[in-house]
Amino acid sequence: MPEPRAAAIREAIDVTLMVNGAEHALSFDPRTTLLDALRDRLHLTGTKKGCSLGQCGACTVLVDGERIVSCLTLAVMQDGREITTIEGLAPEGELHPVQEAFVAHDGFQCGYCTPGQIMSAVALIEEGHAGSDAEIREWMSGNLCRCGAYTNIVDAVRAAAAKSGAAAGGRS
Amino acid sequence: MTPFAYAPVRDVNAALAQAGQAANGAFIAGGTDLIQLMQERVAEPDTLLFIGNLPLRRIAADHEGLHIGALARLADVADDALVREEAPLVVQALLETASPQVRRMATIGGNLLQRTRCLYFRDATTPCNKRQPGSGCAALGGQNRLNAVLGGSDHCIAAHPSDLATALTALDASVVLEGAGGDRSVPIADFYRLPGDRPDRETVLKPGELITEVKIPTAPAGRRSCFLKVRDRASFEWALASCAVALDLEDGVVAGARVVAGGVATVPWRLEQVERVIVGRAPDRAAAEAAGALAAEGAVGHGHDDFKIPLIRNTVTRALLQVGGVA
Repeated sequence: MPEPRAAAIREAIDVTLMVNGAEHALSFDPRTTLLDALRDRLHLTGTKKGCSLGQCGACTVLVDGERIVSCLTLAVMQDGREITTIEGLAPEGELHPVQEAFVAHDGFQCGYCTPGQIMSAVALIEEGHAGSDAEIREWMSGNLCRCGAYTNIVDAVRAAAAKSGAAAGGRS
Repeated sequence: MTPFAYAPVRDVNAALAQAGQAANGAFIAGGTDLIQLMQERVAEPDTLLFIGNLPLRRIAADHEGLHIGALARLADVADDALVREEAPLVVQALLETASPQVRRMATIGGNLLQRTRCLYFRDATTPCNKRQPGSGCAALGGQNRLNAVLGGSDHCIAAHPSDLATALTALDASVVLEGAGGDRSVPIADFYRLPGDRPDRETVLKPGELITEVKIPTAPAGRRSCFLKVRDRASFEWALASCAVALDLEDGVVAGARVVAGGVATVPWRLEQVERVIVGRAPDRAAAEAAGALAAEGAVGHGHDDFKIPLIRNTVTRALLQVGGVA
């Protein structure tokens, strides 16, 4: 197998992450995914770890306002970026309109995929992809719900989008 | 993941210089494929050079056609007004690729270099000639429903997964490669290698070379195109079979044709025998059916993937019907 890896490999890397409006200067083993950084270092456990392979969407967060899966990027690759997690959507003690809609429409059962669903839905509405139920389903396809709450999730997204006055035909 | 050194690079020259120094280095941009492979210890680079911030995201058009920077993300390209106008086939393929989240991470260059979804390639506990040359192919006698029925060898039947590469092949696109010795342009049709007895070598990219741009030549005025993808679920899934068609019509007759199959072959698979039947005719139902019937020429099934042989014919026929406006 490979020769011993150089000592440089074990070097921690300094990065600055802006998370939910707060600046964090942190040092990471480069193997740390953004997901693990959020959960284990910043103790923001609202972002969930599902498959770790980009397939389930439970770890969806916003980076510079756009949705990504935090399991498929390294924390060191996000140096200087602005990250929003489910904890940062609304001020303490309040709910974001999409969170309210998920409660009103019972858009979950066990709740594990819900933070990812909500982060994805917030982005989807911003992108302008809530024009029809079919469009919502297509643009929520990166978020799986093993309880099968999809019908109510679509209801919640549609209702939240209507409230925000978002129209169809936005960016992809 | 196996430990590695990490270095962000500032410009293309620095990337090429640093790549020359790393024995087993890898470039990383979006990371959506490489990180999965590293999580599974299928890829174990000793150095990761982060190129995600290099200024290679520009999308522009000139007299030659479209130029898409290799670091433009799939979502950026699918949203771009120039690409929508000049290469709607690419937009169609991209919007059927991955998920909305992954499309905001993955880059055009990275998509073209993604590794196969063959179950055995991604399972480090099984033999795989692509992952570990000489270890054997577990797919040949194993679970091969997702494998390739065209372009395989006794060493590998892994299907090429990229929808984008399939579309770009139908558009005669090229990739610009930069290396320590300068840059070169390679037609996408010559970029991928058949597996033969070296399935670990997937492209003609040399060690340390970087894809910096994708070029798509300007289409003739009468261009009609269509990308059709057949998969196990309606969204966020790889192709069981796909077909990219670009027909150039003159006075209602097909003057030029590119028909390319994806998801069924070890590389994007151009179907020249299909093109020959459709050229010189109106793209009507009879022409589509006659041409599509030839789409599986040379295909070899391995058991679970036998269904792909009729599936290719049907997918190509349906794509031709769609582009001809008769379905």
